[in-house]
Amino acid sequence: METFDSYDPGDFYDELIDAEGHARPGARLLVNKINSLPTGDLTMRQKAAEALLLKMGITFNVYGRDEGTEKIFPFDIIPRIVAAGDWEQIESGLKQRIFALNAFIQDIYNGKQILKDKVVPEELILTSRTYRKECEGFTPPRGIWCHVTGTDLVRDRDGRFYVLEDNLRCPSGVSYVLENRQVLKRTFPQVFEASRVRPVDDYPSKLLEMLSYLAPEHVQAPTIGVLTPGIYNSAYFEHSFLSQQMGVELVEGQDLVVADGFVHMLTTKGLKRVDVLYRRIDDDFIDPQVFRPDSLLGVRGLIGVYKAGRVAMANAPGTGIADDKVIYAYVPKIIKYYTGQEAILPNVPTYICGDPADRAYVLAHLDQLVVKAANESGGYGMLVGPHASAAERDAFAAKIQAEPRNYMAQPTISLSRVPTIVGDRIEGRHVDLRPYVLFGEEIYVQPGGLTRVALTKGSLVVNSSQGGGSKDTWVLGGETITS
Amino acid sequence: MLSRVANSIYWMCRYIERAENVARFISVNLNLVLDMPSEKGKHWEPLVMTTGDQAFFDKHHPDYNRETVIRFLTFERNYPNSILACVAAARENGRSIREIISSEMWEHLNTFYLELADAKSPRFALEDPHRFFKIIQMRSHLFTGLMDCTMSHGEAWNFARIGMMIERADKTSRILDVKYFMLLPQAELVNTPIDNIQWTAVLKSASAFEMFRKAHHHITPRGVANFLIFDSQFPRSIRHCISKAMVCLHRIGGSAPGSVHNEAEKRLGRLEADLAYTDIDEVVHQGMHEYLDNLQTRLNRVDMAIGTTFFNLKPLIETATNEQ
Repeated sequence: METFDSYDPGDFYDELIDAEGHARPGARLLVNKINSLPTGDLTMRQKAAEALLLKMGITFNVYGRDEGTEKIFPFDIIPRIVAAGDWEQIESGLKQRIFALNAFIQDIYNGKQILKDKVVPEELILTSRTYRKECEGFTPPRGIWCHVTGTDLVRDRDGRFYVLEDNLRCPSGVSYVLENRQVLKRTFPQVFEASRVRPVDDYPSKLLEMLSYLAPEHVQAPTIGVLTPGIYNSAYFEHSFLSQQMGVELVEGQDLVVADGFVHMLTTKGLKRVDVLYRRIDDDFIDPQVFRPDSLLGVRGLIGVYKAGRVAMANAPGTGIADDKVIYAYVPKIIKYYTGQEAILPNVPTYICGDPADRAYVLAHLDQLVVKAANESGGYGMLVGPHASAAERDAFAAKIQAEPRNYMAQPTISLSRVPTIVGDRIEGRHVDLRPYVLFGEEIYVQPGGLTRVALTKGSLVVNSSQGGGSKDTWVLGGETITS
Repeated sequence: MLSRVANSIYWMCRYIERAENVARFISVNLNLVLDMPSEKGKHWEPLVMTTGDQAFFDKHHPDYNRETVIRFLTFERNYPNSILACVAAARENGRSIREIISSEMWEHLNTFYLELADAKSPRFALEDPHRFFKIIQMRSHLFTGLMDCTMSHGEAWNFARIGMMIERADKTSRILDVKYFMLLPQAELVNTPIDNIQWTAVLKSASAFEMFRKAHHHITPRGVANFLIFDSQFPRSIRHCISKAMVCLHRIGGSAPGSVHNEAEKRLGRLEADLAYTDIDEVVHQGMHEYLDNLQTRLNRVDMAIGTTFFNLKPLIETATNEQ
């Protein structure tokens, strides 16, 4: 049955249903609505939502199968609902964290005071693959490095939110937040309206405001572009979507040239100067003259123009140093160092394999821990101890011993769950939450974010490349209606 | 606008127009077969000839029967001018400029492709071809309509129109070229009303039958050729396509009619003038095939001039920078 009558929240924190099986206050309207639907109606709504996404062309190619096979990024129509009180803590915690990380990056490339004060070990920074020597002594426009962040949060069995990862380079997924919302407004219009869900649609205009804020001061009406690797990139849809929503050019590396000390687009009327680039290409590929010489995606000479202050870039090259997964362990200290406050959002406890005592603990408890490489993303380079075979654990132990600096480990978190449609039933599936933060004139946290859901029963891996899907995230306004 | 974007929108529209023309040629041929059952089996080869890709067909298929030709022209992914390949290419171009075109256009183009690529489509096409190819043509018309009604008529739109007009002129010239050659072995019969069914089919291949009748009543080879090449009002005549493309080109460059700013305007302008000051008797005298062949070459040169004027700035810039 597609109702909550036989739903089992299990031994986890369930985002919609409490331990006694009752709907949480903010979820009552939705749960009642779903329970009142005629048999088959919920599945029908799910199918309609999928058809809508396919029609909008929000698809990715499936390689290695029949040519032309395309799939939508899996989407589940039962939303995740975040109470106003929970959101307040997330919002203030993220603002604090991003402020501190930005100060940290500025310090690392200018003066290195935090290293001199021995809060963060110097050698950790200098050995990080994401440390960019080219950025030393440089201050980006307005002193902002990490303009766009997507921080991964998880909620443990105790109901508390923890920061799992900082994504300060090119976090993707915000377009799904916006599109999922479009779809859900059509799926549950009355419940949506009555629940007073906070809008997410502001994001493109906030992004545009932030990008305009970065333009060189003498430029009145800056020309802004979104720099994409091109249509074969898995996030291409998002690049195109954001530039369309902001009304700015979507450019590829081949559309740009450096001439006369400025960056220009090649247009039908000749060259046109570009003032701000929201670049969605990694540091490594952005300028073959400075970074990887074999890159065909970037623009030769771009970094030179950037350092001369004649083009602004978001995010700034070099921010990767602060989302190194080992540096992550020091973020609570970093927050304390730059703000004088304790972190509002705690870290997941972390063992640093470069530390001998921690390493010994990790190697002895591999079957209980999640081990991650410092600079991988997308769920790669990762060992989920409890689910791995003995052979996989041994292989990983060897990697850790060979290159301890490059690994950290965390206890397995019992990720919270959200009811999810599975065939003709509703079952709990594990989720995380990625809110998006913009750092411009002020710090803005989009009220919502991408809820990623592990669709495989029992799985804790929510990455889209590993069988994950997404849900709409409803952040409720101040007063919750309980009727 | 970005050169790459202009290039993509130009090609997006060329591909859609190409797909529509192939669908119409197949439709008309299906009707012709019904009217001339005795010549069954001879009707499918000219259809492939019209595309100019006979060599490609011969390499992959042993003979010209109905099913093979329909599958080839409609669904063969490896053949770049099949309807499916054209719509796929239009969609990939559309995807790369989806922030430029309207959502309505993109969603329509996306659905157009997804339905055509569906595994059930080939069966539908072979079992009910009249309906199937009608749908393809209507899809193309709907796309053009959406483009006119949901997208600002600015620079991007003008590039789109040029692509469509040049493709259309090319296709009209090809159908006329192939049919004229086949149906009129002796030039002296040019004024005689012969082989009505076949010449009607030629007109229908360009959706021109009814409009021709209103203007000229009797069908003669000369009349048909005159109409398809020189009529100033019929939307698929070569002359009309070229002058519409010229209007768009002037709008892009901001130049007044009659003035010339770049290579593309020069070449297209000359072609437009020639079409305005040539008449059908000169063409018949010179030889229809020679004339149309030359016309197609000139259309290709216009296409190249548009490319070097607007789309491929990089080589020019690199040369310029090296000299400093």
